[in-house]
Amino acid sequence: MQTAPHIDIQHGAHEQGHEDLGFWRTYIFSTDHKVIGIQYGVMALVFLFFGLMLMLAMRWQIAKPGEPIPFFGPTMAQIFGDVAAKGIMSPDLYNTFGAMHGTIMVFLAVVPLGFAAFGNYVVPLQIGAPDMAFPRVNMASFWAFFVGCVIMVASFFIPSGAAQFGWTSYSPGATTTPGDGQTYWLIGMIFLITSSLLGAVNFIVTIIQLRAPGMTWFRLPFFCWAQFVTAFLLLLAFPPLETAGVMQLMDKLLGTSFFLPTGLFVGGNPADISGGGSPLLWQHLFWFLGHPEVYVLILPAIGMVTEIIANSIRKPIWGYKSMVYALLVLGFLSFIVWAHHMYLTGMGTKISTFFQATTMIISIPSVILLTCLFISLWGGAMRFRTHTLFALAFLPMFGIGGLTGLPLGFNYSDILLHDSYYVIAHFHYVVAPGTIFGLFAGIYYWYPKMTGRKMNEALGRVHFWLSLVFMNLIFMPMFAQGMAGMSRRMSNGGASYASDDGVIGLTVEAIKSNTSISHAAFALALAQIPFIINFFWAMQKGEKVTSDNPWDSTTLEWQTPTPPPHGNFDKPIEIFRGPYEYSVPGHPVDFVPQNEPDKKN
Amino acid sequence: MDIPFTTKARPDTGLYNAKLGIWLFLASEVMLFGAFFSAYILLRVGADPGTWAHGLMNVPIGTFNTFVLIASSVTVVMAWAALKSRNYSLYRNCMIITIMCALGFLVVKSFEYAEKFRHYEVWMKDGSRMTGHIDYDDGGVKKHAYFWSTKTLIKKKIESISFTSDDANQWAPGQYYPPMTKEQLEHVKKYADKGPQHHAVVTIKSADIQRLSAFVPAHSTFFAIYFTMTALHGVHVLGGAIVLSYFLFRGRKMWQTDPDRFINRIEVGGLFWHFVDLVWIFLFPIMYIL
Repeated sequence: MQTAPHIDIQHGAHEQGHEDLGFWRTYIFSTDHKVIGIQYGVMALVFLFFGLMLMLAMRWQIAKPGEPIPFFGPTMAQIFGDVAAKGIMSPDLYNTFGAMHGTIMVFLAVVPLGFAAFGNYVVPLQIGAPDMAFPRVNMASFWAFFVGCVIMVASFFIPSGAAQFGWTSYSPGATTTPGDGQTYWLIGMIFLITSSLLGAVNFIVTIIQLRAPGMTWFRLPFFCWAQFVTAFLLLLAFPPLETAGVMQLMDKLLGTSFFLPTGLFVGGNPADISGGGSPLLWQHLFWFLGHPEVYVLILPAIGMVTEIIANSIRKPIWGYKSMVYALLVLGFLSFIVWAHHMYLTGMGTKISTFFQATTMIISIPSVILLTCLFISLWGGAMRFRTHTLFALAFLPMFGIGGLTGLPLGFNYSDILLHDSYYVIAHFHYVVAPGTIFGLFAGIYYWYPKMTGRKMNEALGRVHFWLSLVFMNLIFMPMFAQGMAGMSRRMSNGGASYASDDGVIGLTVEAIKSNTSISHAAFALALAQIPFIINFFWAMQKGEKVTSDNPWDSTTLEWQTPTPPPHGNFDKPIEIFRGPYEYSVPGHPVDFVPQNEPDKKN
Repeated sequence: MDIPFTTKARPDTGLYNAKLGIWLFLASEVMLFGAFFSAYILLRVGADPGTWAHGLMNVPIGTFNTFVLIASSVTVVMAWAALKSRNYSLYRNCMIITIMCALGFLVVKSFEYAEKFRHYEVWMKDGSRMTGHIDYDDGGVKKHAYFWSTKTLIKKKIESISFTSDDANQWAPGQYYPPMTKEQLEHVKKYADKGPQHHAVVTIKSADIQRLSAFVPAHSTFFAIYFTMTALHGVHVLGGAIVLSYFLFRGRKMWQTDPDRFINRIEVGGLFWHFVDLVWIFLFPIMYIL
């Protein structure tokens, strides 16, 4: 074991002269990483709920095309006007909801929750730092995010409605669709990208520079490693999307032709443009972000799950170092797989072959991560809490999502499955029962540290089991639908492509399962009610924690007061051991905190 | 609560926080401009033969601006070095020169932009093309037309334009368009083989025009990427100049209370300034020369 270089940190941990900053500086324009983390968390949960609502409206339309939406129909008609006349969802509105469901879930909900909220709250605590390296940049990052969110939400209320062209916003469609929705989307994205850039710089500097004395790289909790790699992905993958966004904005506002080809016709007339642009360029730039973004979604969740599993099995993680190396390889490879989203664009078989090869290679580090976590379970002395259940369920769900991605990674089978419900099922298995279960696990796990109270176990279990069942009832049949040939982005659930006498189309079964999937989706939404009740109820009435370390954990965030004060640690902190020293033989309790000195010293 | 390593370097990394931060930020900037350069390559390689607007930039002006930025990069280092040797007045002078260079660059650039906005290309229905300027009569005063396009001709119901062609050689013998007066024809013939820079004024009927565009972003993919990249670069120059001005005008107090931190700030600002300079070093050849 290499010895840590002696580092002299002037901990200003003595907080006697603690000045009172007042309400606005303490809770709204705060530079404290914990407050910013909670701000991100609240925003992200609100948008998670908003994205869920958009999905429910779409599921209604898919199951019962052309029927007015119950309860919310009249309100929607008032808000959206003609596109929701009499509460019936028009194809335009369906496209809007589809595009915004994707955008909101990815950029406003899951990334802010996994990376920004938990990263901000937990990472400085876990590495023993008093705050992020640049607290004011951190605040700027949150407010850039906030402005981006406001612009995205505002776009629903402009006359032409929000963006309609999918979260991928492919040109020329996204450019030539009339209305300002796409312009709002692009400007909103530029703010969100600025936010994530500031956040990413801050995270990397914090993890490199502010580790407490003795916190060597291989004593870093895996969650911090995951955030570290995620930050690099955001830092380097997002700027090309900003480039693409600026260019699409130019196309939209100044009439350039970056993504508009020569000879383009719009609405039956030749477009008044110079032409000469390349629609493929947008796709390359978009997916250069888009694929690393997938890992931005999943890695923080894997990090949380690793922490929670180690804590729940009461033994060290099997293969911690190989997981770290797998993570680094994964981060690197994620930059050279992007064109597997583009096999059907005619970019050429040689390029397809290259990206097919890298796509197969990237499954190796993913499998290493998952395998290490599975093997870790062997012989564990399990403590089943709600967060344990969510973390455990993450493993098979993410496994299903990953394995069903292989047929999409081979360009031969992708020709059949591309843009079908199979794709929807695949990536939702990764993100919905995968990442979001990881995030729920994180919420149940760190809630006591943030509030000083535990969430209710019984409600938590109801939430978990119902979510698990309905998630699978939603997404499993979609694999079958996709293989039956059902295309995504159809506002009527494929009714117009149904098989008829002598016409081969979608099978009756494929269309019928629309209804059952939608019922499962409504049930899933109801299953979140116990969580929402639990979340608010536990703040006031939850069981109070009796110690700062209610889960008997080894990592540093549990060695602080609850909730941690401004500046985090009330005493100078030094690290003596790795992150997962559970059940060390000969030790009186079954966990050894990272900052507990060796006895012989 | 104090954040460690804001001024002193961390022993095992050898960096203070802001220095690592700015390098990471610049890495991100490299990806941002890198994507633009990639787009430039892709658009240029994919352009149909003859459609890449080439050789329309003013190379001497671009060269001048390149040297202005390089000079500012030198003076920003000198400003930092002056602070290292505790010479505040030298620092101040160097910083003033740096900021003057930045502003000079932007002023030159804006004149260059304005020049482009009144410079036109016209595509004729018979397939010929030419570049030049449009003058119009505004209540007896002759004025240059800015930002005109095919739409302007339709909207203002203009039947014909007075077009001053850049170069008489644009008409190859036998392909004169449009019918010229005898004097114009002789003018063209006279200078036809004596190189460019000989103007010919012709009247073009709007009905014969397929497309008219000033050298604005919508003109072609070349001008689209030229304006987008140079404008983004200009925003960086402006942002850098604002930050450096802040260091110049508001720096004295920090210099007196915490000189090491102030020197770090100048170093970090200087790193950003070098990056802005470096982007231009790449932009100049690909936009003006190649």
